[in-house]
Amino acid sequence: MATAATTAPADAPAVALEGVGRAYGERVALRDVSFTLPAGATVAVFGANGAGKTTLLRILAGLLRPHAGVATVLGATFPDEAWRARGRTGLLAHDPLLYRDLTVRENLHFHARLHGVPAARADALVAQVGLAARADDPVRTLSRGMTQRAAICRAVLHEPELLLLDEPLANLDPGGAIAVAPLIGREAGPARVLISHDAEQGLAEADHVLGLRAGRTAIWAPVGAVTLAEVRGLYA
Amino acid sequence: MRTTVAALIRKDLQLERRSFESVPAMLMFSVTVFVLFHFGLDRNALAGDLAAGVLWVTLLLAAVLGMNRLFVAEREQGGFDAFLLAPVDRTAMFVAKAAVLFGFLVAVELVAVPAFVLLLLEPGIGQALPELLAVLLLADAGIAVVGTLVGALGVQTRARDLIIPLIALPLLVPVVIGAAQATAPLLEAGGADALEVRWLGVLALYDAVFGLLAYAVFDYLLEE
Repeated sequence: MATAATTAPADAPAVALEGVGRAYGERVALRDVSFTLPAGATVAVFGANGAGKTTLLRILAGLLRPHAGVATVLGATFPDEAWRARGRTGLLAHDPLLYRDLTVRENLHFHARLHGVPAARADALVAQVGLAARADDPVRTLSRGMTQRAAICRAVLHEPELLLLDEPLANLDPGGAIAVAPLIGREAGPARVLISHDAEQGLAEADHVLGLRAGRTAIWAPVGAVTLAEVRGLYA
Repeated sequence: MRTTVAALIRKDLQLERRSFESVPAMLMFSVTVFVLFHFGLDRNALAGDLAAGVLWVTLLLAAVLGMNRLFVAEREQGGFDAFLLAPVDRTAMFVAKAAVLFGFLVAVELVAVPAFVLLLLEPGIGQALPELLAVLLLADAGIAVVGTLVGALGVQTRARDLIIPLIALPLLVPVVIGAAQATAPLLEAGGADALEVRWLGVLALYDAVFGLLAYAVFDYLLEE
């Protein structure tokens, strides 16, 4: 999707953070977080509720400005160059970012128009995740698992270079998890920032581990250097 | 940008067709207020300044209902985030939302104005219809532009139902003055007087100034 003018060099990291911090009023949600994620690699982000994971994801998506440090995503320094990364990241958050009164197909066709993607791509994705039979039903009538499948279609519709995934398999049954794996799993290709509360599954999917505790970096290491116990310790 | 604006307008019209949240509420409000005036003023018919004032204050308050709902789906269903993630000109959302609000106002007036004529005027408005149409369209454009700007600002707050009218109504006082002054001669008892073109000029100038202002600042309203 990205044009030659906006694509970072092939060896450029997908994400490079240096001392990134973010506060909501008096409350500091993220403090001095630094890491570099190579292109095509996956970082699993672990941390208890309120550790700063969602804030980190929203900064990487360009939806929140960092209050400290430098965030570079796909070669674009945020927030000044955030426009260069727009349309190159795919965000799958807790909120599906779908209009409840529109059908799955209407939602995806709308997003396809925003991203300049053919509507046929949306239809193909719907079929791929097993939603074809419900594609013309309003999103509000779908189960959580089906809504999650539709949200995954939306997130990958434009073939992003960086996937920002917040518990992507939440609410999915085993069949659903298998159906979406080619789209958001390791084999999908793009770099991934993967928030998970399932330590085993997160470690199996990742190349690097970022552990957050109260907004600070508690773990940053290659996946082989981190034990399951260390990850679980973040939730203690 | 044209494709993005068209996609946003189409989406908003689909949402309105499904939910019926804005236009029916605006329409019911307008007609109800005209009925209240019909009985409350205890007159058979209004004319001139009074008729114009009743018409424009009612339409303006009905428009506030539309402003309150204009960005609710974007705020509550992630539309803002999804839009900000897309590689599109952010001003497209302003243009689309203003066009949608303008369309809603026109749709409401298609029913509300005849209801106003029926309930509160003496027969004979027909000859001034083209002039009244020009006033309605110019005033609607101003209301749509300011309503979109204020709607985007107010929807970010918890008390949007209060904030939006508190900001929008003072900003729209010039529209009410211009529209009412332009409309009053058209609604005179015994036949329409000539339209004062200068009031159309005032409305057009207001539309242009606030259109440019809104175009310039809307991008910043979408920021966190």
